[in-house]
Amino acid sequence: MKRLFNFNLPPLLSVGPAALFLTVFFIAPFAIIAVYSLMEADPFGGVRRAFSADAYIQFLFTRDWDGNLQFDLSYLNIFWRSFALAAGATVLCLAAAFPAAYYIATQPRRRRGLLLLLITVPFWANLLVRTYCWVLILRDSGLVNGWLIAFDLISTPLPLMYTDGAILVGLTYTYLPFMALPIYASLEKTDWRLIEASRDLYAGHRQTLARVVFPLARPGVIAGCIMVFIPSLGAFIAPSLLGGGRNLMIGSLIQLQFSSSRNWPFGAASALILLAFVLLLLYLWRRRSGRDGRDDGESIW
Amino acid sequence: MIELQDISKSFGADVVALKHVSFTVAENEFFTLLGPSGCGKTTLLRIIAGFEFTDSGDVLLDGGDIAQLPPEKRPVNTVFQNYALFPHMNVLQNVAFGMEMRGIERVEAADSARRMLSQVMLDDFAERFPAQLSGGQQQRVALARALINRPRVLLLDEPLSALDFKLRKTMRIELKRLQRDTGITFIFVTHDQEEALALSDRIAVMRDGEVRQIGAPMDVYEKPADRFVADFIGETNFLAGRVEAGGGDGTGDGAGDSTGGDSSRVNSLRVTLGDGSTVTARSQNANAADLRGAVTLAIRPERVALSAAATPGGVAGAIDEVVYQGNTTRYQITLQSGDRIAALETNAAAATAQFAAGDRVGARFEPQSLWVLQE
Ligand SMILES: Nc1ncnc2c1ncn2[C@@H]1O[C@H](COP(=O)(O)OP(=O)(O)OP(=O)(O)O)[C@@H](O)[C@H]1O
Ligand SMILES: [Mg+2]
Repeated sequence: MKRLFNFNLPPLLSVGPAALFLTVFFIAPFAIIAVYSLMEADPFGGVRRAFSADAYIQFLFTRDWDGNLQFDLSYLNIFWRSFALAAGATVLCLAAAFPAAYYIATQPRRRRGLLLLLITVPFWANLLVRTYCWVLILRDSGLVNGWLIAFDLISTPLPLMYTDGAILVGLTYTYLPFMALPIYASLEKTDWRLIEASRDLYAGHRQTLARVVFPLARPGVIAGCIMVFIPSLGAFIAPSLLGGGRNLMIGSLIQLQFSSSRNWPFGAASALILLAFVLLLLYLWRRRSGRDGRDDGESIW
Repeated sequence: MIELQDISKSFGADVVALKHVSFTVAENEFFTLLGPSGCGKTTLLRIIAGFEFTDSGDVLLDGGDIAQLPPEKRPVNTVFQNYALFPHMNVLQNVAFGMEMRGIERVEAADSARRMLSQVMLDDFAERFPAQLSGGQQQRVALARALINRPRVLLLDEPLSALDFKLRKTMRIELKRLQRDTGITFIFVTHDQEEALALSDRIAVMRDGEVRQIGAPMDVYEKPADRFVADFIGETNFLAGRVEAGGGDGTGDGAGDSTGGDSSRVNSLRVTLGDGSTVTARSQNANAADLRGAVTLAIRPERVALSAAATPGGVAGAIDEVVYQGNTTRYQITLQSGDRIAALETNAAAATAQFAAGDRVGARFEPQSLWVLQE
């Protein structure tokens, strides 16, 4: 039969909606940030319309009194600290979330819904408020120190606030559900007969966990790690409230540039450098897992 | 060798999965659990494997109670109903898993796994993942993964049910070959009676959590213990009859029946059918001589011989339907007594159908094959 209309939708039209979405919500904002990062800072906020690479130079160098550039590690150190803290939070989240997700996945179907709901309960309250609660818990006159003193375990309060430990606790607390949910989603799909097969083949509980359960939950673990690590890296509420002014993380650094420091180009440049780092990390990880020759079946991209 | 003593098991308050199940499986035996869906076959296997605890009763292996051992401590392996191959391991890793878990050197385990794979004719598939295999190949991997451990007992839960008809027949032969070659005791679960008859040394026929009969394939087919067994294994005609006073002629003819061993005495009885004609039937009931009143008779269609209506000794009836099936012809008959039966005649010689629908015939029941059933 002859076709009445002999045309196909042009390819551009069929990918149109997705392309539009990406342009408006992703590419355009980043383009603006990229442009801002290459302009001069206006001391009263905003930018002046003049090209300047100062923001990027500032990241690695300081100008001494004579105007000479000196290599300066302080911002790189903030980056390094942020990576370390984000990695720490990811590990803690994994350690806490995996058993929880495993527990939920092994419950009767009807109870699982309730337990999952409980995991998401923290989302119902504002994050700022919840992080302030940690201040109440950790400060010198807070819950922890209060109890420790009341039970005569210590005489002077432990310095819990404004430490990296406090930031770690805050980050772990904030992002725990992001780890638990994807792991649960993976475990929930696990065929429990495989666990019986493993036991049948002489593997004890621990070996079954290491050789069967965990590998099968790998896609969820990877998704969870990414979903905890990346936002932890850019987080600023927990570091600002619990870490205080001295223990900056990248997130608070960027936030400061757009508020009190009024250095928008530097803030924009830091954000872009952070993005570049994250992309580089993901790329390296992809390449490595590609070389393993293993297919995660449904990797998240 | 493996002995189940009075096993009972319930799930919750009202699901009784097993009721007082007892049997002993001998070394090297191909033992089959046969029964309809939901009769407790899987539950029984899971109890032997250690995934389920009994409410009462003991499981003895080589004389020792294994009820308290966790699955990984039992020298028992399972081929699961859905194979349950590890999807994240390739074929070789799957097969070597059990050996590695028992602490055998990785290289040695891989070597044994390769040898095992060639025994199930999968040499070229070692590096594949389960998702890249056909159903029949997955089945072989599951077998290899279990057999490599040389368990005392191999449990197979409907291993052939997921395969297509042709493959099922091939695998059946292979399964039997593997069992003979390895000398491992198999406990095999199926709801396919043909499979059970073809493979087993002995069959336990189950229903609603009870074992109704245990015996060699020929025994359960030739001498079904009750109506359920007769109906479930093969096709059976049932006839209503009565045993009149003095019907039992008292002749025990147990001599001809030494094959089974479980039903020692077989008694002959005179049974009156609905139309007043009498037939000679047999009963496995030791007290058959005292039997009175209504009974059910059972006979296989192929043991019904048809003759022209006039022949003496036959039960009169009329043919309703003739189905030519190539090697056999099947007749559907209504007897004068009202019972409807099927008769299967072998077409041994080239011949046209002997009878046509509407013909009046006499049906003769071979006395050796006509059984009085215990309800
Ligand atoms: N975990 C369980 N909880 C509740 N009831 C169960 C459980 N496992 C089995 N049952 C019940 O016990 C009975 C026996 O089940 P089982 O799986 O042993 O049957 P089966 O003979 O293997 O059937 P099939 O041929 O369909 O596999 C069934 O009525 C089933 O519903
Ligand atoms: Mg079953």
